[in-house]
Amino acid sequence: MTDSKYFTTTKKGEIFELKTELNSDKKEKKREAVKKVIASMTVGKDVSALFPDVINCMQTDNVELKKLVYLYLMNYAKSQPDMAIMAVNTFVKDCEDPNPLIRALAVRTMGCIRVEKITEYLCEPLRKCMKDEDPYVRKTAAVCVAKLYDMNPQLVEEQGFVELLNDLLSDANPMVVANAVAALSEINEAKPLIEVNSQMVNKLLTALNECTEWGQVFILDALSGYAPRDEREAQNICERISPRLAHANAAVVLSTVKVLMKLIEMLPADSEFIASLTKKLAPPMVTLLSAEPEIQYVALRNINLIVQKRPDILKQEMKVFFVKYNDPIYVKMEKLDVMIRLAQQSNIAQVLSELKEYATEVDVDFVRKSVRAIGRCAIKVEQSAERCVATLLELIQTKVNYVVQEAVVVIKDIFRKYPNRYESIISTLCENLDTLDEPEARASMIWIIGEYAERIDNADELLESFVDGFHDENTQVQLQLLTSVVKLFLKRPTDTQQLVQRVLSLATQDSDNPDLRDRGYIYWRLLSADPAAAKQVVLAEKPLISEETDLLEPSLLDQLVCHIGSLASVYHKPPSSFVDNTKAPLRQLAPNAAALATNGSSSGDMDSAPGLIGVPAPSGGAVPSQDTLIADLLQLDMNPMGGSSAAAPAAPVAAPGGGLDDLLGLGGGAPSYGAAPAAPMADPLAAWGAAPAPPAAAGGGLNDLFGLGGGGGGMGGVMGGVQGFQTPKTQWLDAASHKGLQLEGAVVRKNGAIYMEMAITNKAMQPLSDFAIQFNKNSFGLVPAQPLHIAAPVFPNQTTQVSLRLDTNGPVQKMDPLANVQIAMKNNVDVFYFATVVPMLVYFAEDGMMEKREFLELWKEIPEANEQQFTIMNNRGLSADDICSKLQANNVFTVARRSVDGQELLYHSIKYTNKIVVLSELKMEITGAPTLTLSLKSRHVTALANLNEMYQQIFDN
Amino acid sequence: ALIQENCWDTVDRRDRVVRRRMATSAVFILDLKGNVIISRNYRGDIEMSVIEKFMPLVVEKEDEGVHSPIITHHGVSYVFIKHMNVYLVSISKKNTNVALVLSYLYKAVEVFCEYFKDLEEESVRDNFVCIFELFDEMMDFGYPQTTESKILQEFITQEGHRLEVAPRPPMAVTNAVSWRSEGIKYRKNEVFLDVIESVNMLANASGTVLRSEIVGSIRMRVVLSGMPELRLGLNDKVIFQQAGQGGRRTGGAAKGVELEDVKFHQCVRLSRFDAERTISFIPPDGEFELMSYRLTTQVKPLIWVEAVVEKYRGRVEYMVKAKSQFKRQSIANHVEVIIPVPSDADSPKFKTSVGSVKYVPELNSFVWTIRSFPGGREYLMRAHFSLPSIHSEEVEGKPPISVKFEIPYYTTSGLQVRYLKIIEKSGYQALPWVRYVTQNGDYQMRMQ
Repeated sequence: MTDSKYFTTTKKGEIFELKTELNSDKKEKKREAVKKVIASMTVGKDVSALFPDVINCMQTDNVELKKLVYLYLMNYAKSQPDMAIMAVNTFVKDCEDPNPLIRALAVRTMGCIRVEKITEYLCEPLRKCMKDEDPYVRKTAAVCVAKLYDMNPQLVEEQGFVELLNDLLSDANPMVVANAVAALSEINEAKPLIEVNSQMVNKLLTALNECTEWGQVFILDALSGYAPRDEREAQNICERISPRLAHANAAVVLSTVKVLMKLIEMLPADSEFIASLTKKLAPPMVTLLSAEPEIQYVALRNINLIVQKRPDILKQEMKVFFVKYNDPIYVKMEKLDVMIRLAQQSNIAQVLSELKEYATEVDVDFVRKSVRAIGRCAIKVEQSAERCVATLLELIQTKVNYVVQEAVVVIKDIFRKYPNRYESIISTLCENLDTLDEPEARASMIWIIGEYAERIDNADELLESFVDGFHDENTQVQLQLLTSVVKLFLKRPTDTQQLVQRVLSLATQDSDNPDLRDRGYIYWRLLSADPAAAKQVVLAEKPLISEETDLLEPSLLDQLVCHIGSLASVYHKPPSSFVDNTKAPLRQLAPNAAALATNGSSSGDMDSAPGLIGVPAPSGGAVPSQDTLIADLLQLDMNPMGGSSAAAPAAPVAAPGGGLDDLLGLGGGAPSYGAAPAAPMADPLAAWGAAPAPPAAAGGGLNDLFGLGGGGGGMGGVMGGVQGFQTPKTQWLDAASHKGLQLEGAVVRKNGAIYMEMAITNKAMQPLSDFAIQFNKNSFGLVPAQPLHIAAPVFPNQTTQVSLRLDTNGPVQKMDPLANVQIAMKNNVDVFYFATVVPMLVYFAEDGMMEKREFLELWKEIPEANEQQFTIMNNRGLSADDICSKLQANNVFTVARRSVDGQELLYHSIKYTNKIVVLSELKMEITGAPTLTLSLKSRHVTALANLNEMYQQIFDN
Repeated sequence: ALIQENCWDTVDRRDRVVRRRMATSAVFILDLKGNVIISRNYRGDIEMSVIEKFMPLVVEKEDEGVHSPIITHHGVSYVFIKHMNVYLVSISKKNTNVALVLSYLYKAVEVFCEYFKDLEEESVRDNFVCIFELFDEMMDFGYPQTTESKILQEFITQEGHRLEVAPRPPMAVTNAVSWRSEGIKYRKNEVFLDVIESVNMLANASGTVLRSEIVGSIRMRVVLSGMPELRLGLNDKVIFQQAGQGGRRTGGAAKGVELEDVKFHQCVRLSRFDAERTISFIPPDGEFELMSYRLTTQVKPLIWVEAVVEKYRGRVEYMVKAKSQFKRQSIANHVEVIIPVPSDADSPKFKTSVGSVKYVPELNSFVWTIRSFPGGREYLMRAHFSLPSIHSEEVEGKPPISVKFEIPYYTTSGLQVRYLKIIEKSGYQALPWVRYVTQNGDYQMRMQ
């Protein structure tokens, strides 16, 4: 306490001193004081207390002093909005100053003061400045419109600034045009107010030749959003912008490439014009490789896209991608990727000799990737396979542990691609069995042994040696071992019966891994029921693996080509996956994402996953195995570069550790969560499929339904009539397998907002602190509204209750089950992952009340096929009134009631936070029969999901 | 229909929404520990405190083996470069145009360097007022504006050089000619042209040249009054590769210098070059790079080095042969042949008849320096090192041999300046001076 007191007094002293100086009569002293204030501000000291004194210095002829005061204003205005108004007069006055520098400075600064109250004062000066005689002022005013729009879009529209901005596109000064187009593009993104037409394009093309390099980028980026009317126009634009390829600025070059790549699509593919244009594209891209390393990196990521889209452009340029010793590692890795893409028969010899060279470098990641690349060359260019295998064998001879392991993994793929050709090397591989300690390498080796069991005399011995340590192996290895032993048995039944029995019992009886058990049982029953059938299944011909497994999916590729030069092009992910795209509704899944996910869930099975040679991070696109799925969750937290493309996490979380206890606890639901069904592009909701999505507390599986509700959750049963039903807390993380962190929680809706109620218990020896939480993309865009804040560390054996407000404006991705949310929780010890199925009713919005007429119309409009009927038990003998008030409390709104033929009919409407509407009709016998009939209707059947269970819960509580 | 139904249709449009945002939210200059020296918040849409995450993130990534100049964390993208002992970091929440951001950061470094001689921690602190002003002028709301330091210097000046009268924005800021101000006056009008060719060469251990290219640059120092109109003529042999007209490297002008790619300073009229192949421009004042070009050569490597390494128990011996393969009349100056040795080598002994040899332990190499190396010669040197008898476990990389050199009055490509026409309405005479030099770029030969 004394320390802090001392601290404040010194600070007060300092501030006081500055205050006196600021109010000094001497100009020089004043200026020095303002400088001191700015210096303090720069190092992060709070000098906001001087606000009025600094503002007093604003009226000065000294430009330097004025700039400093303005700087101060921008920094503190937001925290002192009322005082900021004091500055308005000076701004307005400065906007009339004879010196254009001052006028521009004023309008530029005003726009940066993000105080709502100021905006209205801004309009008149801004309007004047947009018509200023000096282009310097006009170009500054143009940007200011974008600033104003960011704060108050409505005002900008009402005040006609968009039209004024549009007028500036015809300005005689190219810089004004460039800034106007930048501002307009930004406004148009938020709301398309101005349509880009060919007349405007012409103006832009004219300005393009004269404006600064940055202005050229603004214009080119704006052009990339324009769709020409016809071929001729497209060709004309191409001709007029292609000289920009010779610009020294890399951003200008890449933006030009972007527009050209897009326009080329509009032109006939075999035209001479295209041929000449594509020829023009290669040299500038190659030149970018002489730029600064960071720019090289961006260029290489983009080149990776371009060679996928148009392989012809760079096919002659292999050599420029050869790795230099002093390239930064991130450049090396990217070059390697491009090299593999460009590899073909004509250059394969050179590529291979390079890769071999790289494989003897020191950087482990780079070496591994090089070894994998050799395997990929073998698979891509058949003629080179033999040479690749020879090279890999040479590398195995080096006995460098990680080189050998990578080599074994890729050789397995080569075997898959070219069966019965290179088996002669198996003996060499077997010699290195002992050095393999990574799961993937072990699994690969085991696969090879199983696959070629008939040719390896001691296959049984080799496999047996693995079986001895069965329980210590990674799941991937266990699964592979199981399959390989069964293969061996089918090929050599006489002397391996004992072995197969041993493995089967290890897998089924001693393992608690459901995947392993399931597979074990299937084999067991197959073998005992029909050995011939077993042979057909287990030794079936395998699908060929494809040449290039890491190609981006075409529609994503097309999308990314439109983003050349941007972050999306570097990440190879659509912008929506990493940009904070608030309030975006549910987004459809690409059909093949689901297919990928299917593969992912069967990870570890080398017979079925045809894409195992994909390069690991960062290029993405590899089939997401269990690991990458988890990594994907992880990636949210720390590794956005890594891992799979945006579509990857579509698969249901494949039980990472014990984290999903509660999910599995739902019993009935779990097995049916298979692969996400393919989504037809037309209807995003159809992709949801019909998989039932029981909420956390649905089934009878949870015997602790009432046991855990103690904390802040508020028990539904007690308050049933008044407040919405809230699911009690369930265990999300158990202490035993999560380093002492026990987490119980529930997602509930109260007071019109969604909360995550958590009880964090520390069962470890040390205090737990630094908690943070993160959500993966999910169906309703559920994300924390604020960071998780836990003031004090949780001490051993202590429980802390937290309530975290959630929002539904996060990134959206359809999950299966629909309400599933994957969550990562971090503390000072580790990061933990779990998933929970959120009760659907937290998504019922407060504004779901519907007009009778509207309800009726909609009811008629929705086809019969979209109706589902359920029977609900009225266990508590509720009256119609009870039912309505209970539902009302959960945002299920009563639209109408009527009685017909001894039946009471209740009509309700529900609106999800994502604005999907569900209509419901409840039929109730007046006699008080214990069953109710519930009919649900929605335009999107999937949205009905398990609503009947929701109703049941509401009634039962 | 109903509003709620429409929201599904907007899905696609929404995706387009995020397309072209290119703006930077804020720019920071940090010291090596990640502490903010100075920052400028341009858009106010991101908490400035997120920068505290930057350094831990960089470290974390490096631990994971991911080194990338772009990091995204919690929806915030950090794009950064390093210069001397500072980081320049741009943050953004949108799908920014990273090519633009990186180019801008490099440009900012260039401007700061021209203002303060160098950009480093100290110069940033010493000039924070000036840097704030530059931040304000070079970027607005995340959009780069004026980044020509010559022009900026006309209205933003450093401490001590403050103008007495309030400055006004120079015409050039918004002119079509944004890189040159009017009214420049010199007593003597001169132009200096430097044609500098850097040779990038990569050869593998067996002596095959994998890649050999020349990156050329024409740099100018312009000391001219007024608004001069310049036209540069290169020798006839120079044929700018006319894309789309026949294949590349086809016969035709067999002796011509085919430039594969040419990049021009923004002062050059690109559309005119595209149409007529003439290089015409109004130059900025002072020094700048007019154009750069690139071509692949088939010529012999200018200086060829072979090293025979014999490793014995406890010692290693090198026999190094350096050969100059350019014409006899030319002389390479300041030749340095840098040969890597194992990091645990010691007790160096050298023997050579030409030049001098020095062991540079911090580079794990020895350097053979030859002051003057005429064409068509071959020199030898021997080196001997002791090695510890115990081998270290660590695998060492195989760094290549590299060579540094400078050959004046010589261009490998054969490119020559034929004329430089200078026309100014006042009609003064100005003399152009041209120098040529060929030097090493990335010049590496892998070792066995």
